[in-house]
Amino acid sequence: MSDITREDVAHLARLARLAVTDDELDVFSGQLDAILDTVGRVSEIDDDVPPTSHVAPLTNVLRADEPEPSLDREAALAGAPAAEEGRFRVPRILGEEP
Amino acid sequence: MSGSDTDALTRLDAAELARRVQAREVSSVEVTRAHLERIEAVERTGLNAFLHVAADQALAAAAAVDDEIAAGTVRSPLAGVPVAIKDNMTTRDMPTTCASRILDGWRPPYDATVVRRLRDAGLVPLGKTNLDEFAMGGSNENSAYGAVRNPWDRTRVPGGSSGGSAAATAVGEAPLALGSDTGGSIRQPGAFTGTVGMKPTYGTVSRYGLVAFSSSLDQIGPLGRTVLDAAMLHEVVGGHDPCDQTSIDAPLPPVVEAALAGARGDLAGVRVGVVTELSGEGYQPGVLAAFTDAVRVLTELGAEVVEVSCPSFTYAMPAYYLIAPSEASSNLARFDAMRYGLRVGDDGSRSTDEVMSATREAGFGPEVKRRIMIGTHALSAGSYDALYGKAQKVRTLIVRDFTAAFERCDVLVSPTVPTTAFPIGDRVDDPVSMYLADLCTIPANLAGIAGLSVPCGLAPEDGMPVGLQVMTPALADDRAYRVGAAYETARDAASGVPFASTVPDPAALETAS
Amino acid sequence: MTSPGGSSAVEAAPYTVEEVCERFDPVMGLEVHVELNTATKMFCGCRNEFGAEPNTHVCPVCLGLPGSLPRVNARAVESAVTIGLALNCSVRERSGFARKNYFYPDMPKNFQISQYEDPIVFDGYLDVPLDDGSTWRVEIERAHMEEDTGKSLHMGGATGRIHGADYSLLDYNRAGVPLIEIVSKPITGAGVRAPEVARAYVSALRDVVKGLGVSDVRMDQGSMRCDANVSLMPKGATTFGTRTETKNVNSLRSVERAVRYEMGRQAGVLLADGTVRQETRHFDEQSGTTSPGRAKETLADYRYFPEPDLVPIEPSSDWVERLRAGLPERPWERRARIRSDWGLSDEEMRDLVNADALDLVAATVEAGAPSESARSWWVSYLAQQANTQGVALPELAITPEQVARVIALVSEGTLTNKLARQVVDGVLAGEGSPDDVVAGRGLAVVSDDSALTAAVDEALAAQPAVAEKIRAGKTKAAGAIVGAVMKATRGQADAARVNELVLERVGATS
Ligand SMILES: [Mg+2]
Ligand SMILES: [Zn+2]
Repeated sequence: MSDITREDVAHLARLARLAVTDDELDVFSGQLDAILDTVGRVSEIDDDVPPTSHVAPLTNVLRADEPEPSLDREAALAGAPAAEEGRFRVPRILGEEP
Repeated sequence: MSGSDTDALTRLDAAELARRVQAREVSSVEVTRAHLERIEAVERTGLNAFLHVAADQALAAAAAVDDEIAAGTVRSPLAGVPVAIKDNMTTRDMPTTCASRILDGWRPPYDATVVRRLRDAGLVPLGKTNLDEFAMGGSNENSAYGAVRNPWDRTRVPGGSSGGSAAATAVGEAPLALGSDTGGSIRQPGAFTGTVGMKPTYGTVSRYGLVAFSSSLDQIGPLGRTVLDAAMLHEVVGGHDPCDQTSIDAPLPPVVEAALAGARGDLAGVRVGVVTELSGEGYQPGVLAAFTDAVRVLTELGAEVVEVSCPSFTYAMPAYYLIAPSEASSNLARFDAMRYGLRVGDDGSRSTDEVMSATREAGFGPEVKRRIMIGTHALSAGSYDALYGKAQKVRTLIVRDFTAAFERCDVLVSPTVPTTAFPIGDRVDDPVSMYLADLCTIPANLAGIAGLSVPCGLAPEDGMPVGLQVMTPALADDRAYRVGAAYETARDAASGVPFASTVPDPAALETAS
Repeated sequence: MTSPGGSSAVEAAPYTVEEVCERFDPVMGLEVHVELNTATKMFCGCRNEFGAEPNTHVCPVCLGLPGSLPRVNARAVESAVTIGLALNCSVRERSGFARKNYFYPDMPKNFQISQYEDPIVFDGYLDVPLDDGSTWRVEIERAHMEEDTGKSLHMGGATGRIHGADYSLLDYNRAGVPLIEIVSKPITGAGVRAPEVARAYVSALRDVVKGLGVSDVRMDQGSMRCDANVSLMPKGATTFGTRTETKNVNSLRSVERAVRYEMGRQAGVLLADGTVRQETRHFDEQSGTTSPGRAKETLADYRYFPEPDLVPIEPSSDWVERLRAGLPERPWERRARIRSDWGLSDEEMRDLVNADALDLVAATVEAGAPSESARSWWVSYLAQQANTQGVALPELAITPEQVARVIALVSEGTLTNKLARQVVDGVLAGEGSPDDVVAGRGLAVVSDDSALTAAVDEALAAQPAVAEKIRAGKTKAAGAIVGAVMKATRGQADAARVNELVLERVGATS
């Protein structure tokens, strides 16, 4: 039923920000194809079953709008690959928010 | 302290260690040192159960507990007892890597709720245990820091993803450990290593600080060598937490009480359902034999055993391998080299997108990449309805099957895994065959109910441990402990030795060879 | 170079709105993001505060650290429902959060927690007052809750601009701030008035939300942001043309200009037999033009799915009704009511609004003063004082209640207008309440006849000739005596009463 090509894998990898190699394209296309054949079986089930996204029977779990301590900046930036002027330094950004 | 004393202390179960420490027959420092020495001895043999050992913090924490006990304060029934923590739970004084290169050396600025509760209860964290990268796997071969070996047979996997916690508990590196279970990641390694593993009802143990794999399925739970130990740890970490809005604001079921009651060995009036769909074709003969024998024991203990059918379970595995990767593809998007963790290829010319992609390519292992791409595909506009959407409908059917079954039974039982632990390397190139190891455990995650795995002997053909899975309705976790403890008592009575004491000792093997 | 779709940044729109509408009908869709003024963020307890030191209002949750989980802010949900009710929306019985997945460095989790299929409020409308006094009904599609992103500083290259920057610096203080996104249904039939309708809608929305007190709605600070979707269809057609989305148009004037420019630009493209490209465009405040963002290789697929870490919201109907009952009057409706209640002309009303005096006068009337005198106090004497002090009228150190009290003292005769002004000066000088000042400065009118009679007799005795004239019937001569008495009482006597007494005492028959 499914039929995942190298191009499909390349597209998915792009969407998922994975710079996959050519070899990976070959391996993954075969593996994803096999996986999707197995999991694709879910399409057999009756369509008018309601979906379940949450199993715990909870609603209206809310937090009071009361300030809590934030991290101090040193702690916030401690794990950063690069920081400058109290901010996270990142490579140049191409393109706007999608 | 001599090696033999060390061995003596590391063979004791948590309940007994706690009793002795709190009665001041032995100090928490001595107990902790014994386990640290045991870890050193066993890890030297290449078991690879630990990714980080925090010896100094552990001894300091133990000393603090000893002082409190001397001053007459006992924080909890497990005060002074060492514990190991799966390395996908945040710890402010230890790295948290999820066995991934992308989080190599990351030190979280906060403790997971369960970790805070361990400390508050006076338990002594020994270190962080190995796992499949981001808990994605059933063999522990997906760890960026090397596979964990199965103490029963070093050529075999310990199961996963909580393979480090399970192996460490089995060989006495720790009397107790925390694991996380998304599709069987506590119960399956429990079965493979001959330890007791519990996946509590979804929403009864806080996920705050558990690095998310699949948020709607993940649940933290205990591993121990006895049912009572698991229940005692469960009671420490369980209960409502406002930091997790999926956490159920209800009292925890009386799990310890149930384990103690069960140990008295009476299951009269308990209705046990054997799930037809979770046995038969594709199941290893030795596994079925051990399971059948376990069911016979339950009958002898007074339980009333019936067959129940859960027809939708055949769709559980496909649905799971759509829902979990879909949520994972979103949960793992945050690992992008911007705020923490690995950054690769930032040479001043590359853009954020390029650096993100290069980092994720270098930082994630193949199984994580596969699941991220499957999830990305399942959620994309073109396939959502046919894949993710359908999987959510399967989830409804699974819930209905359980509801119907639990109208006739108090608990449901099955083998925890269709096979015993398989040889390292056997399934690495065949993801689908790897996924079959979760066949029996997945339904409980999809429905959010509780599932316990208790060792039920060895498979004759390979001498590897087999697990008996006991599933209960949501918020009835105590039933699993009662049935599990009753079975455990009968099992050890029959064999004449505590099952836990029959685990081969890697360190001994080492010194022998 | 100018490709169909116009990629050169600055090009004057080739057609005026009037010209455009001879051939085309414009269709607009307006998406307005409103930042709520809650104390804390949408999903964590960090402070929601504009302009703090970078990365000082961050925690594991709003930094998206591994293991952290979101916790919904109850106040934000209440504000969302309140806004929905003010926009005549229905409140969904069961609503939930969803993840919108896309990678962008200012978004810590690389997904935004938003709402997708079940927004908290939906299907409403807003009757927007236009300049000519008519109203235009804008239908509301939905309003939903979501979280804001962090802010990036682009370093090197062209100053502060994203293109050509060498690297960027990120501040996540704003990440996780509660946003309400209000989405209009397509606005059709506005024709040449489309730009005005767009501006008036955003302006009305701002007034309504401001009146609810749930946001500062400062477009200059980004607490209110507008994206304008514009398309053209041939006159009389029913199927919409290809639309462009002009992002972050951040002033009322810009909204109007951006729509006008896009109408003209698209007409130019279409009349040159070009095709309008579906794209995101940016509005340039200087040139008043829009320019395309970088074209995306594929249309974004956000892979929405239900947020597993948050549970559904089911607002109880009585809670919703309590919120509905608490809704304030719409600002322009209130102005209309006041105008007719006080019988004001357009000019008078405009002066009142321009002088920032409307609320003050209204409050003074609330406190019991007649609107006439309340208005004259605020727009004349008090306006002058504000002017000389160089402060805005509302900043004057006197409350509407105090002004009302002064007015009352005048009408009951305790104060003359002249004295009243001295009392007001006293209040402004910090001498306390009007009554404190009256007592403190001893400013009350002398209305005790015996005291006055004595003063009158004194004055008459001092000027016998004048007294004679009055007695002879030359009552006008009384003025001299009255003047003397007023002098003697330091102006605190009621001149009219004094006059009567003078005539009485001389026994004049008038
Ligand atoms: Mg939005
Ligand atoms: Zn925060």
